Amino acid sequence: MKRRDFIRRSAFAGGALSVVDLRELLARPARADDFEFDAQERELAFVALDAARAAGATYADVRVARNRSQSVTTREQQITGLADNETMGMGIRVIAGGSWGFVATNLLTSDGVASAARQAVAQARANAVAQLRPVELAPAEVHRDGQWSSPVGIDPFEIAIEEKVSLLFEANGAALDVRGARFVNASFSFLREDKFFANTEGTVTNQTIYRTTPNVSVTAVADDGSDFQARASTDVPPRGLGWEHVLDSDLVGNAPRWAEEAVQKLSARSVEPGLYDLVLLPTHLWLTIHESIAHPTELDRVFGYEANYAGTSFIYPPADFLGRFRYGPEIMNIQGERSSPGGLSTVGFDDEGVRPRDYLIVRNGVLNDLQTTREQAPWLADWYRRSGQPVISHGCSYAQSWADVQFQRMPNVNLLPHPERDVPLDELIGGVENGILIDGNGSFSIDQQRYNAQFGGQVFWEIRNGRVGDMLKDVAYQLRTPEFWNSMDLLGGPSTYWVGGANNDGKGQPSQVNAVSHGCVPTRHRGVNVINTGRSA
Amino acid sequence: MAYLSRDEARALAQRVLGFSRSEQARVTINSGDTGNTRFAANQVSTAGDVSDTSVTVTTAFGRRVASSTTNRLDDASLRAAVETSERLAPLSPEDPEYLGELGAMPVPERDAVFPGTADLSPEARALAAAQVTAPAAERSLLSTGYIEHRTGSSAVMTTRGQFAYQASSNANFSTTVRTPDGTGSGWAGAGLFDWNELDASSLGAQAIEKADRSRGARDVEPGSWVTILEPTAVANMVGLMMGSLDARSADEGRSFFSRPGGGNRIGERFLDSRVTIWSDPLDPRLFSAPFNGQGLPNRREVWVENGVLGTLAYGRYWAERQNREPTGFVSGYYMEGGNATLDDMIRSTERGLLVTRFWYIRGVDPRTILFTGLSRDGTFMIEDGQIAYPVKNLRWNESPIFMLNNVEMMGRPVRVSPSESSEVSPAVVVPPLKVRSFTFTSVSDAV
Repeated sequence: MKRRDFIRRSAFAGGALSVVDLRELLARPARADDFEFDAQERELAFVALDAARAAGATYADVRVARNRSQSVTTREQQITGLADNETMGMGIRVIAGGSWGFVATNLLTSDGVASAARQAVAQARANAVAQLRPVELAPAEVHRDGQWSSPVGIDPFEIAIEEKVSLLFEANGAALDVRGARFVNASFSFLREDKFFANTEGTVTNQTIYRTTPNVSVTAVADDGSDFQARASTDVPPRGLGWEHVLDSDLVGNAPRWAEEAVQKLSARSVEPGLYDLVLLPTHLWLTIHESIAHPTELDRVFGYEANYAGTSFIYPPADFLGRFRYGPEIMNIQGERSSPGGLSTVGFDDEGVRPRDYLIVRNGVLNDLQTTREQAPWLADWYRRSGQPVISHGCSYAQSWADVQFQRMPNVNLLPHPERDVPLDELIGGVENGILIDGNGSFSIDQQRYNAQFGGQVFWEIRNGRVGDMLKDVAYQLRTPEFWNSMDLLGGPSTYWVGGANNDGKGQPSQVNAVSHGCVPTRHRGVNVINTGRSA
Repeated sequence: MAYLSRDEARALAQRVLGFSRSEQARVTINSGDTGNTRFAANQVSTAGDVSDTSVTVTTAFGRRVASSTTNRLDDASLRAAVETSERLAPLSPEDPEYLGELGAMPVPERDAVFPGTADLSPEARALAAAQVTAPAAERSLLSTGYIEHRTGSSAVMTTRGQFAYQASSNANFSTTVRTPDGTGSGWAGAGLFDWNELDASSLGAQAIEKADRSRGARDVEPGSWVTILEPTAVANMVGLMMGSLDARSADEGRSFFSRPGGGNRIGERFLDSRVTIWSDPLDPRLFSAPFNGQGLPNRREVWVENGVLGTLAYGRYWAERQNREPTGFVSGYYMEGGNATLDDMIRSTERGLLVTRFWYIRGVDPRTILFTGLSRDGTFMIEDGQIAYPVKNLRWNESPIFMLNNVEMMGRPVRVSPSESSEVSPAVVVPPLKVRSFTFTSVSDAV
């Protein structure tokens, strides 16, 4: 996309962009390489597609991507790193002889990409040697000129380094002003990915994707050196937005609270293990949703394709679960989408050119659908036909960069608000006699079929007789996925909805990271097993 | 494309630094080819071959430092990368910890490129996969697995005269075999420098046997168990400690290795006296990294000697401030063992658990290096000196510190596939262990 278009779209989508900012942006000259990318990528992509076809590929797609990333890292009042990185190349995926082949190269010349395309076809034929079933793709709508860009208000790469450093130092200073806060690390990282896609069916898309990640962590150390405790800014998640997300995050305003909580943890009471009612704030719950709902509903995992690393799923065989398995109570609805503005997984088109649709993974507490790519949608053909749905991909194909093959990754997976009324957080807490309120995500671990999980948090508060009391520490809860979600007796309404997420969701071999957001409301769970994680050496 | 040779890397580095306007600059080059093949449901599912070269230039004006990376190698792009770092550096505040670039100094030299790995083709990978998929299919089992190999080079050149170069090969093979009804699962894997040393069918046979043998796992009480850990599980645990050796965190009072009242625990006995762990860039069993990203040579480091903390990991700045020699950070390590075989350990156990590997390992409490995770792909009950029956997988909350204070028996060290994702990684060589106590906190239904 041309820079001019980028600014026009941003002005509509951003919301946080003031008139003055916009004028400033428009006044800056566009960089030459913003224009250069378009023409080159198109030409080379078609050279590679032609070479793949000529070598015998029955299908091919290419992605030409340029990732620009910038990181600024600090501790206390010191800079510890300032880096501006770029990587560019082409990934070529083909089907030949019924098998996949994939080759990626940074050699962006006609000869280089044509040779890589032929290599991909040869590799596919090698892979076909012991083939049992040929790859088949579900039909997909052809998009001849798909265009999309993250709804960025202020391009983070246009903000001066001095402003970035100064904001981090100010946040660090605000944290260190709190007595007992000894160390603070704060950083920004920004990504802009220009991604061009074309396949042999005629789909051509061009997208610009942004991510902005602010991060702060404060450590307090006891005066006698007997203890140390940290508080991370997990309530400020990464987003598919621009600099406006940094401004909205108010690091300077929040830093004293993070620091105070780190200090308070030093003297907090260590939890008594046992069964508790839990009230989980969205700042914490998004990760529990990620692990216990979003991962087990990945279809490649369900069919055993990830068994050697990421694992399989308790949802097997899917025919016994779809439309039948009660994931949770009637009030529980789980949505998969790649359309919410600012969502980390949000795109116009996935990495095989499919426009993703919003859909319900859990409807009224019952498993309703799974996450698919074009290769996988036909695996659920019986269910889709039975439930009157088309056998097409949900648009969950993704690769972390040009050098990685695309495969099934989760969309933004959200727990929707209470379907009937705007339940406030106070009502959830008010119904608890003996419980714990958990704020922020912390330690997390779950088994390879997504049954048994253990989660910590950032800050834990005792709930007694419907009121929030003292801070606790050394808290982790253990769960079994179906029982845990069915122990939920109430969840917040639309006004309590909040979006968390992460840039580092890992899956696949070689492991690739996926960036994904999870919107959710606070929930209340009855009788959950809490352990004490504190041990002395 | 192949990886850059010493001369090619030197020429590229000189070309980059030729664009530099600063007295203090450094270029780091990583180049190479990575190949992989995945298999699932007894056939190849995907594969990939990737060539890339990345060039990072770091510029300092005084103590103002910034870096920029590109993988485009034409003059215009390289010049642009240099200019980006030169544009950013003056905008950065002064870094009081920047010590300047290194002058010429020798780095350990070794030949760690293996043609059997460097020349591995997609066809050969597919044939290796078939050595597992075919016997698994014959037994009506489902095999999945992953093969990865990389041969590449890295180089560092500074404007002060340092030039460091190394090239190496590395490969990894792993497979998980499952029963079609989902009641049994077995894993086997290995890391190696030379692909020609791989015995894929033997690893496949181990995974197949474990899958068969783990059908119908029984319940088991969580709690403290006598536990025999196969080498992969040992590496899963010991790696957590090796990643916690940062001297600065210890001196700042925020590490297990902090000494209450100040300083760190170097010289203190903190593990069983049989535990010795070292790294060595020249030892052919390890070939740990010969230099770091600044071009600083690494040497042999004994991290733990007979249970005593030998040293912590010191970067240049912290070493200078504490008046010590920099050590580099751990990349690959060798843990000494003993003479016991796995069979000896099983025979000597009246009641205990046998663990193949661990999974989803995440930190819980850095004060004790306490982590949580689960067993998977082959967990068995031992009774009266024999493997009695398979048991369900268990979640643990445990620290390598506690584990290495509870050592009962040690076996012969072997190179393992230490990462949960089975990617190529620095060599890790560890023994199997029998420990008196390992803390399992709940049972999992996952197979």
